Amino acid sequence: MGRARHIVSEEARRSSRQRKIKVLVAKPALDGHDRGALILCRAFKDAGMEVIYAGLLALPEQVAQMAVDEDVDVVALSLLNGAHMTVFPKVVQLLKNKGGDDILVIGGGIIPEEDRPKLEKMGITGNYGPGTPLKTIIKHITTRVRREKWGLHS
Amino acid sequence: MYGPWVKRFPERKASFTNGSGIRLQPLYTTEDLKEIDFARDVGFPGSYPFTRGIYPTMYRGRLWTMRMFSGYGTPEDSNRRLKYLLAHGETGLSIAFDMPTLYGYDADDPRALGEVGKCGVNVSSLEDMKKLLSGIPLKDISTSMTINAPAPVLLAMYVATAEEQGASPSQLRGTTQTDILKEYIAQKEWAFPPEAHMRLIKDMLVYCTKDMPRWNYISISGYHIREAGASALQELAFTLADGFAYVDLGISAGLPVDAFAQRLSFFFNCAMDFFEEVAKFRAARRIWATVMKEKYRARDPRSMLLRFHTQTSGASLTWQQPMNNIVRTAIEAFAAVVGGTQSLHTNAYDEAWALPTEEAAATALRTQQIIATETGVADVVDPLGGSYYVERLTRQLEEGAYEYFDRIERMGGVIAAIKSGYLQREIADTAYRAQQEIESKQRIIVGVNEHKVKEKRPISILKIDEQVQRVQTEALAALRRSRDRERFRASLQELRRAFQNERLNIMPPLIKAVKARATLGEIMQVGREVYGSWAEPDIL
Repeated sequence: MGRARHIVSEEARRSSRQRKIKVLVAKPALDGHDRGALILCRAFKDAGMEVIYAGLLALPEQVAQMAVDEDVDVVALSLLNGAHMTVFPKVVQLLKNKGGDDILVIGGGIIPEEDRPKLEKMGITGNYGPGTPLKTIIKHITTRVRREKWGLHS
Repeated sequence: MYGPWVKRFPERKASFTNGSGIRLQPLYTTEDLKEIDFARDVGFPGSYPFTRGIYPTMYRGRLWTMRMFSGYGTPEDSNRRLKYLLAHGETGLSIAFDMPTLYGYDADDPRALGEVGKCGVNVSSLEDMKKLLSGIPLKDISTSMTINAPAPVLLAMYVATAEEQGASPSQLRGTTQTDILKEYIAQKEWAFPPEAHMRLIKDMLVYCTKDMPRWNYISISGYHIREAGASALQELAFTLADGFAYVDLGISAGLPVDAFAQRLSFFFNCAMDFFEEVAKFRAARRIWATVMKEKYRARDPRSMLLRFHTQTSGASLTWQQPMNNIVRTAIEAFAAVVGGTQSLHTNAYDEAWALPTEEAAATALRTQQIIATETGVADVVDPLGGSYYVERLTRQLEEGAYEYFDRIERMGGVIAAIKSGYLQREIADTAYRAQQEIESKQRIIVGVNEHKVKEKRPISILKIDEQVQRVQTEALAALRRSRDRERFRASLQELRRAFQNERLNIMPPLIKAVKARATLGEIMQVGREVYGSWAEPDIL
């Protein structure tokens, strides 16, 4: 067993060198403040990821559909308008309904501390606030994808 | 002397460049004023080209208006906050609306879920506007409403509210932001495609010119352009380019420039580079006056005056060590006053966290009052006029802005530059560059990438009651039950015809519709059916 897993992870490790992490960046609500989201798109690209931007005013439904259709590894949600507790879980639920259970969801924006554990419990991690270094966010995504999608432990 | 000194004592950086990309000299001298003709370019306050200020006496006559942007929750919640601020010496109202209102959706729309009352007050109907302004005499106070895509609808509600108080439209003083161009460029709160919004703005312009001569129907805004990541230079250039587009719009409506231009007003950001900001305001006044006179042939000096509101920079505030934000805001506010602003909003220290608490908003207002009364800065007009550095910087920003105007014009104007994504991309590039400078510590933000401490929730913040959406939804249901259905239906039909027919002015049927208790969302829905929506070009 141990040996088999080792072989699998060797393979995954090899393919992960060729495969880019695919991220969908979205602001799924009435929130046009896209400075942070656009910066993230560029930073993810510069970090070697494949980035899709959902554009403004996409509904949670559309974001989930896009994520499944594009077969992304990660959906990165950003909201500055206080709707994260309503909208983020909705995206997670819709992903499940559409068979995208394996898609990782991370969050960010103006998210009060007391909301963070609640979001974590729903599988939405990160939830970074203003002033977070880009490399912290990139590392978080990379670590989660390697561990949860590619079965790597480093 | 400088060379040998630097050899012995190297400077902190290889080169010093400000946020607008201007290389800074170690020292400015009379040499830097060589190209500047003082009588022609700088002149006197209250005289063309108004570089030094739009009035001869500036704050020696009257202080700037202290106008605190404010709004959250239900109209009743915000009515209490407005009265609180007035009781603390605020001299004009400034209303912040929530996201559903800003995009033109009612509180009970599925799109509004989780957003009602969060980032501002929810106003879905005339009844809400009446509650918001209850007990505030509208003929005596000036009110600024930060509303853009649905600006004509909110103006109609304001007029209807005032009429119920016994005030006529011609008595009303205030501002609707209405600047849709900067929405496409930066804040991205639109409802329809650009041409449709421009047509509605043209109708407001014509209506206000005739019936509301004291109303500033557009506040041409650099604030949001800057917040989205633009440099001071880009803010200056893109805002004034938008301003000229609105002048073109008024002229296309067949109005002489002097009939409407004096009611165009501006709204700028004020960030942390003190001298750059002061120079930006001075350059803005000179450019506007010059172009209005030389290109648009304005004769009335009032058409040449760039009157502006300032808000300190929200983007400069940090989540980390929030009390430091009081200091940042004070420095920015001081620059706005030295730069000659007509009114000012100071941000509260907790605004990187949430909407401000009462206490934080009061401290922000006190910051202005301290500047006004204790520092002496209000006693002398344009105190930095003649400074080698500031005069040179004013000239450099002015030149940079004209270069941008040329580029935008070659692209076919502001709307073409929006449709190609050029303006949005310019801003996103600057924002990304700034972020990289923070990451690499070329740019230091105290508490963020230097002088960091471990903090445990340092302040208490305002929590918006999740019941707001329910309260507002119930109010809407009651309104829909009780309104005269025939009158409502007829008003929307008339409105649809006006949306479809550009020769009709939208304002009279809009006022009729809000009085017939058509809601914001219902009215905007008619517009969406007629005009369709708008998708941004790819800007990545």
